[in-house]
Amino acid sequence: MSIYLNADSKIIVQGITGGMGAKHTALMMDSGATIVGGVNARKAGTTVTHKDATGTDVELPVFGTVAEAMKETGANVSVLFVPPAFTKAAAIEAIDAEMPLIVVITEGVPVQDTAEVWSYLQGKSTRMIGPNCPGIITPGESLAGITPHTIAGKGPVGLVSKSGTLTYQMMYELKEFGFTTAIGIGGDPIIGTTHIDALQAFEEDPETKLIVMIGEIGGDAEERAADYIKANITKPVVGYVAGFTAPEGKTMGHAGAIISGSAGTASAKQEALEAVGVKVGKTPSATAALAREILIGMGIEPKA
Amino acid sequence: MEYQAKELFAKHGVTTTLGTVVETAEDARKAAEEIGGVTVIKAQVKAGGRGKAGGVKLAKTPDEAFEHATNILNLTIKDLPVNRVLVTPATPPVEEYYFSFLLDRSNRQYLCIASVEGGVEIEEVAKTNPDAVKKIAIDPGKGVDAAKAREIATEAGFPEAVFEQAVTMIEKLYTVFVEEDATLVEVNPLARLADDKLEALDGKVSLDENASEVRHPEHEAFEIKEEADPLEAKAKEFGLNYVKLDGQVGICGNGAGLVMSTLDVVAYAGENHGGVKPANFLDIGGGANAQVMANSLDVILNDEQVKSVFVNVFGGITACDEVANGIKGALEILGDKATKPIVVRLDGNNVELGRQILTDLNHPLVTQVDTMDGAADKAAELANA
Repeated sequence: MSIYLNADSKIIVQGITGGMGAKHTALMMDSGATIVGGVNARKAGTTVTHKDATGTDVELPVFGTVAEAMKETGANVSVLFVPPAFTKAAAIEAIDAEMPLIVVITEGVPVQDTAEVWSYLQGKSTRMIGPNCPGIITPGESLAGITPHTIAGKGPVGLVSKSGTLTYQMMYELKEFGFTTAIGIGGDPIIGTTHIDALQAFEEDPETKLIVMIGEIGGDAEERAADYIKANITKPVVGYVAGFTAPEGKTMGHAGAIISGSAGTASAKQEALEAVGVKVGKTPSATAALAREILIGMGIEPKA
Repeated sequence: MEYQAKELFAKHGVTTTLGTVVETAEDARKAAEEIGGVTVIKAQVKAGGRGKAGGVKLAKTPDEAFEHATNILNLTIKDLPVNRVLVTPATPPVEEYYFSFLLDRSNRQYLCIASVEGGVEIEEVAKTNPDAVKKIAIDPGKGVDAAKAREIATEAGFPEAVFEQAVTMIEKLYTVFVEEDATLVEVNPLARLADDKLEALDGKVSLDENASEVRHPEHEAFEIKEEADPLEAKAKEFGLNYVKLDGQVGICGNGAGLVMSTLDVVAYAGENHGGVKPANFLDIGGGANAQVMANSLDVILNDEQVKSVFVNVFGGITACDEVANGIKGALEILGDKATKPIVVRLDGNNVELGRQILTDLNHPLVTQVDTMDGAADKAAELANA
């Protein structure tokens, strides 16, 4: 089992012909994910060719619209590698086509564009992950995004993180256990799927035995997640928060990673999480050690 | 800064008085002469609490304007030197209000905050009389039209004499918010003058950097180059994401989250090594070729406080051998400019190849440590040597 993404996921790529789109379509194919086509209005009717996991060339159709791509291929996931100026329009097109899941990888999307997309999405059937995120991987089944599929395999850990490289680092630290799904929700001030959404999904997923949640400075998502954990989560949760040494008022790489006054500090987030029984590690490796200890305590042994 | 916020207000028809921005006391005297009557001399820095810091003074005569400007231009407010003052006509308000539009991250929408009870002391009002501070949610998909502006003005409780003006101003301030892609548009105080005219007496606008990049090239003019940290300015020219901090261990890594985490791990390690701290945040991003790595090390090594450097890379899409070759190439490009010990931790994709390249390089400045915590400890130790 997994959350949001599995072996039945059929993925299209919006922006499949661009540099990033082409590179990561190839990597997603290589991971064994089922990519069924792409969208680029100016190149509709053409095809692109990439190798699948067995090294066989696969010709992928390029469609003019998301709706057409869905009709022709039965796609149920769209990954967006569209430049920031056009991301809003691309996301709205996918929402209008009633795409069940959209994963917005693009970094640098104007925050008001994301706010408008979020408003537009209310009451509609689409789930959005991102923007400014590494996407989602269900090891051994599917990959919608840019997470390297070689880091870790399948296992009992569910991972949700704001950061891409910390997702990779944590997958690497716990590779001897493996993951049901690892989801990078993105570092922007406004994002679609939140820590809370992922926590809820992992709680409902029978194969996820432990949840690792990685946060960082800025906003109050971690504090809200702590409240949610207290009320709704029965599985063990281990946390990590980055940015204890970040100065106030400076944006630390991610557009959303900024401390304003006393709000959004790493200490406040750690305290909130610890107050509801989440074990919080001081460093990524200390966090992994906490997770390892709990897993072994549950009788789950690392793979050889 | 205030004068820049007022320029944006004026651009979108919000009533305000621009005044004259000057950089010397003599020019302040001239500006006061031209304006005539009583003037206000206001420090222009990106910080609140300017009045309390002595950065805002009334001047009855041009000579007084000169005197105040001399003093204010010598001030440092919240670590920021005052390089400019704004000279405006003194228009004492009869009443002061607070008004803002901002991005509400938590609720993923916009928020309007308005209070007709006290402008400047809004934080005090929020504590003592929270009911007087109205918060009105704005749906980003719907925005603020005339009807919504009227609803806001009613909710805020603007007095009848200025009500219609308030409605118009609210609509225009929302235009500033969306047209300029702001994350905050604040008017404080929004003043009711003796003739019942509403005017934005002071204000603040925060702009979304992503939007400035995508569709507001004109926003670049708001950046004041001489006030930026020289290393941050240099990093920006290279297209690097760099924040200067006050410490001795230079840091570079890939990905914002990992770099933030690296700063923390170095700070913890520093506790055992004379209290050394991280010197900067630097995210090299996805690619780690020789030129990017050379530019990064160049910026970090130009920081005189830096005693050692920690390069922390997790090879995800970027393979560790590419990163190792990047470091190797960077050291060739930098030559004699590389003078500080460099601790490298590589992990992830093709890690064995990457580590082998650095082992073979056998560079006197480079030490490899396999774990992030271990490498941080080594870098802190070297910075304390």
